[in-house]
Amino acid sequence: MRFAELATTPLLPADYLDLVNPLRSGADLRGRIEAVVPETRDAATIVIRPGADWQPHRPGQYVRIGIDVDGVRMWRAYSITSDLGRTDGCFTVTVKAIPDGKVSNHLVRRAQPGTIVQLDQATGEFCLPEQRPAKALFVTAGSGITPVMGILRNHPELTDVVLVHSAPTADDVVFGADLRQLAADGRIRLVEQHTDTAGMLDAAAIAELVPDLAERSTWACGPIGMLEALEEHWNAAGIADRLYTERFRAKVLVTGEGGTVTFTKNGTSLEADGATPILDAAEDAGVLMPSGCRMGICFGCVLPLREGAVRDLRNGEVTTAAPGDGVLIQTCISAAAGACDIDH
Amino acid sequence: MTVLQKKADNPIEHLTAEDIELIGKELDDIRQSVIDTRGENDARYIRKVIDVHRKIELGSRAVLLASGFPPAFVVGTIGLSVAKILENMEIGHNILHGQWDWMRDPKIHSTTWEWDMASPADQWKHSHNEMHHTYTNVVGKDNDLGYGIMRVDEDQPWQPFHLGQPLWSFINACFFEYGIAAYDLELAGTIAKKRTGDPEFRARAKAVLRKIGRQVRKDYVIHPLLSGPNFLPTLAANFTANLVRNLWSNSVILCGHFPEGVETFEKKSIEGETRGEWYLRQMLGSANISGSKAMHIMTGNLSHQIEHHLFPDLPSSRYAEIAPRIRDLFDRYGLKYHTAPLPQQVGSAWHKIIRLSLPNGWLELTNRRNLVPQLVALYKMTTGGPKVRRTLQRKLTAGVRLSRAAAAAA
Ligand SMILES: Cc1cc2nc3c(=O)[nH]c(=O)nc-3n(C[C@H](O)[C@H](O)[C@H](O)COP(=O)(O)OP(=O)(O)OC[C@H]3O[C@@H](n4cnc5c(N)ncnc54)[C@H](O)[C@@H]3O)c2cc1C
Ligand code: FES
Repeated sequence: MRFAELATTPLLPADYLDLVNPLRSGADLRGRIEAVVPETRDAATIVIRPGADWQPHRPGQYVRIGIDVDGVRMWRAYSITSDLGRTDGCFTVTVKAIPDGKVSNHLVRRAQPGTIVQLDQATGEFCLPEQRPAKALFVTAGSGITPVMGILRNHPELTDVVLVHSAPTADDVVFGADLRQLAADGRIRLVEQHTDTAGMLDAAAIAELVPDLAERSTWACGPIGMLEALEEHWNAAGIADRLYTERFRAKVLVTGEGGTVTFTKNGTSLEADGATPILDAAEDAGVLMPSGCRMGICFGCVLPLREGAVRDLRNGEVTTAAPGDGVLIQTCISAAAGACDIDH
Repeated sequence: MTVLQKKADNPIEHLTAEDIELIGKELDDIRQSVIDTRGENDARYIRKVIDVHRKIELGSRAVLLASGFPPAFVVGTIGLSVAKILENMEIGHNILHGQWDWMRDPKIHSTTWEWDMASPADQWKHSHNEMHHTYTNVVGKDNDLGYGIMRVDEDQPWQPFHLGQPLWSFINACFFEYGIAAYDLELAGTIAKKRTGDPEFRARAKAVLRKIGRQVRKDYVIHPLLSGPNFLPTLAANFTANLVRNLWSNSVILCGHFPEGVETFEKKSIEGETRGEWYLRQMLGSANISGSKAMHIMTGNLSHQIEHHLFPDLPSSRYAEIAPRIRDLFDRYGLKYHTAPLPQQVGSAWHKIIRLSLPNGWLELTNRRNLVPQLVALYKMTTGGPKVRRTLQRKLTAGVRLSRAAAAAA
């Protein structure tokens, strides 16, 4: 390989091998979209054949996918929904197109089989423990069903399962047919809440529907408001340690004045407002940024703040750095709070 | 030619300050219209060019394994020359300008790209993007203008050593990539200032040597070795391909700023320059090459030098599309849009190099009949002291004035 590098400099042998086989072992991790299967009017399952170095995921985990939308590489996280036992070596994610969502709409409506996407190895902690719970409760809404579907498909050993799922109508339930089949087979007790007609379920209503809730380990995934209400209820009941949640996005709570962000190594300076994460502002300006979940949980986006101040959009906390400091900040949930210099 | 500010017939005299700002505004709008429509097609274009380059390169190198067989030698050398030109011009130069950074693809990004060229990408980006594109055609500031070794303007006093200028311009063209590396390194200036011991300079010099080492090893050791018994023919083929690429890129770059009629500027004229004025300097300081689509691609679209200098970071594939709008703008504001086929622009640039290698007015006044006395005068100017030069120069200048007046009267 060293010898091959001498022959290909300034390029790498991989640059040529990628022409032939982008999914080979040793290549950057990529995948090829094999099929896009519609699930509901605004959701679809994407079947992806991962590169040779892909490691099997744990059910409930998510994968980061980088896909070119209008020529621009965008990274988003999607929970893996497939059965680990698939014989074709592919995995699936299931995406719900959100209004004006760039990547979700592209994946659901425009992505073509054959497209090469960039991948990271699966990651995430929204998984069952080694010691399987005797009784489980899943509370989901909308696209929040995805990691739970991944769990249900792979853990037939769970025998006492309640799933409370909310969606606007029966037709909007992603995996509606599969879930109803699981219920018919007696594998789960399914409570479908169609919010267009029946309104939203609050935590108290769930407690009423599931009387033995305190005995159950609970996994919840859905909108921020729902998760916060559940956390409050479980806290009050003193069983917060039995509740596991998965968020798809960070809640923006506090915004303020922005400022000039300077990337000292790269030399780029840009004006960022106080509501936009530095990660987004920098990417829009063409700066290559490290990133991960883009919602403040994975620390894949951390960079040193050399000077200036940033605000954590989730709680308004301001972090400042004196000249020369290297305070590590998460760029995906930090906005400029005045001028700041970032070492990148 | 002389710097624009000293010209009798200043080509921008008719423009008011408002005109210049309006030009700037129109150009900003054109720029924005391209940015707003950058997308999938552009991304597909650059990936395609990269793909084609890699395949041509691989194919040519494979053919050259049999370079002892003359047809293979010819085909492989042509292929490799084309590949190297594509790689430097349409791919490397433009990626390093950040034209494709908007794609956010770390493999096609100005901060990660390295090219098949003696000068390391980061040093070239500094001297090219920051110095040349900022100080375009400002005498004494823009090193691209003669690379600091040439007489590029009548206002620079003529010295006898300038007579060698055509020769060393040609040598520079043959080994262009090394010339660029030396000047990105600011080698001549650093030696002149006796700063070669400076640790910062040493670090950069080391980086250049390491890069050159890798490049030379690849083309002149590894690939020839891979060819086994065809070691020498492959070495010759690689040398030829580098030579062709160097001559080609040198010609294209000469065409961009050096043909007759392209303006140069005074240092102090750019103090406090507005955005509109900066645009105007780019418009007057660049020249295009007309030709086919293939020609544009092989020049890295520097055939659209005017468009490139106005918008150095827009995707090169879009210059052709905006060129008619730019030309229309030139027409409406009474400015000259310089464009001509490659041979003509190269000829014009070399004519200027030769003219400036001689005392001002010498070439213009010389014809077959007065060749002998003119040569005698030139000999005297070359061997004589500054005083002799001044006297004879005055004569030449007066002669030019006379002959122009006569021509005007006729
Ligand atoms: C760990 C993790 C797992 C995820 N798993 C899945 C999954 O399995 N299926 C799935 O469809 N999505 C999932 N997501 C969400 C997904 O990553 C994207 O955020 C989502 O697809 C929107 O991206 P977009 O580019 O379409 O929207 P953008 O163009 O980024 O945003 C458009 C607008 O929508 C808002 N917005 C962004 N995200 C959401 C959201 N999730 N809900 C509502 N509004 C939003 C933005 O604030 C913005 O105003 C997951 C996210 C995380 C962090
Ligand atoms: S990208 Fe995951 S914490 Fe910022």
